[in-house]
Amino acid sequence: MPTSFWGWIVFLIQQYHSSYLQGLVTTLAASLSGTVLGCCLGFVVGVIQTIDFQKSRSPLQNVLLAIPWTICKIYVTVFRGTPMIVQAMVIYYGIAQMFGVNIPAFRAAILIITLNSGAYMAETVRGGIRSIDPGQVEGAQALGMRYVPMMAHIILPQTLRIIAPQIGNTFVANIKDTSVLNVISVTELFYITNVVAGTYFRMFEAYTITAMIYLTLTLVFNFLLRLLESHLAGSSSYEIIPSEQLAPAQEPAR
Amino acid sequence: MMAKEKSIVADVPFDGPVIGVRNLKKRFGDHLVLEDISFDVHQGDVVTVIGSSGSGKSTLLRCINQLETPTSGQVLYHGQAVPSGTAALNAFRSKVGMVFQSFNLFNNMTVLENCMAGAHLVKHMPKEEAKEICMKYLTKVGMAPYVKAKPHQLSGGMKQRVAIARALAMEPEVILFDEPTSALDPEMVGEVLQVMRSLAQEGLTMIIVTHEMAFARDVSTRTIFMDKGYIVEEGPPARIFYHPTEERTKLFLTRFIAS
Repeated sequence: MPTSFWGWIVFLIQQYHSSYLQGLVTTLAASLSGTVLGCCLGFVVGVIQTIDFQKSRSPLQNVLLAIPWTICKIYVTVFRGTPMIVQAMVIYYGIAQMFGVNIPAFRAAILIITLNSGAYMAETVRGGIRSIDPGQVEGAQALGMRYVPMMAHIILPQTLRIIAPQIGNTFVANIKDTSVLNVISVTELFYITNVVAGTYFRMFEAYTITAMIYLTLTLVFNFLLRLLESHLAGSSSYEIIPSEQLAPAQEPAR
Repeated sequence: MMAKEKSIVADVPFDGPVIGVRNLKKRFGDHLVLEDISFDVHQGDVVTVIGSSGSGKSTLLRCINQLETPTSGQVLYHGQAVPSGTAALNAFRSKVGMVFQSFNLFNNMTVLENCMAGAHLVKHMPKEEAKEICMKYLTKVGMAPYVKAKPHQLSGGMKQRVAIARALAMEPEVILFDEPTSALDPEMVGEVLQVMRSLAQEGLTMIIVTHEMAFARDVSTRTIFMDKGYIVEEGPPARIFYHPTEERTKLFLTRFIAS
């Protein structure tokens, strides 16, 4: 048996590296898929939240729009206003008790992360859309463009650019926050560590290893996200087409 | 040069005014911006609207294509009231182009994509066909070499010329210009006015809100002078600029005539 702190660290890694690796894979898989699905959900909810109730619409249309708007509002308020660890318990055990279905813990984990991130992303998306110059909407309206193509081709692509850093932050936060899902027995990194630590009763060493893994993950992903951000910002130069390559369409006006 | 170009002016079997404004009123809260505005725009007209800032000129244009909903009164298109339903309103807007003071080019799109947005996404033209039309108008405004640039890489004058090409690519019957040169430095003003001048000569119907008095005098077929939400005086530019009958018009034009 090792006697020093570092001795134990090395020993635990040698003994349990495959368990740690399994936990790490589960953590990454759950937080990545939860973030991606949460973003999709957040975009839908965020767009619904930006609906404004114009007088030009008929009362019936306004009522029909008010229903999804209210549902989204309640969803965002509830999921932003309660801790994820509580949401995990309520959803996981709630589904089991009320519907008599036992969903696998890993799927439950993805569902919970999706719902939780979705609520935060919805607010981010809503803010992103609101921050876009109203001139963009007017430019599209003046062309006679309908709402859906305007959102799909003009507003949402610009929103995505604006909130890209925030999506990255959500992912990094989810890598860490997935740890609370140990309460519903998801075999993610924290849960695995609990098992490892308990075997030899070496809490300090086992969790130090885990802390280093989390830190490495967040550092690596933060770095990758910075790269992605500067890539998204695009090149600041453009190519000028020489006049001889242009079709001789008409006499230029100038 | 005065020959009308088929590509710009649509064939319309209608003799009356293309755009009619009838007793238009617009108020924002307690603030009355437009009070009882009526006028007609016929095919081939180049109507310039002049007046001091805050006289309601821009609001008038925005009411015509319903970016602002008029408080009362009507906007007629070919003698018919502009519909309020979304689909019909969009159809109307696709016939009435608009060029904004702040350009309002789509920031996420290149120059060519900006131009194609109307033809491809609104008129559902095949991409190749839309591109051909857009290249024609981008060439006309002298922006064809910059098709791959994004709006933020262009100067104000270039942006405005792209915005004009974008409006032209819809092949509208009328284009509304809302102070198209007010955000530009004097050099850029020249290049944009040059483009607009050539459009006027080709017979495009235009309603232009502007502070460029010499341009208004030279290019328009009719000038409307507005003050405090009213049309004070309207008529041929030669009369409005050199023989205004109203005191308010004289006062407004003092500096212009002196120069």
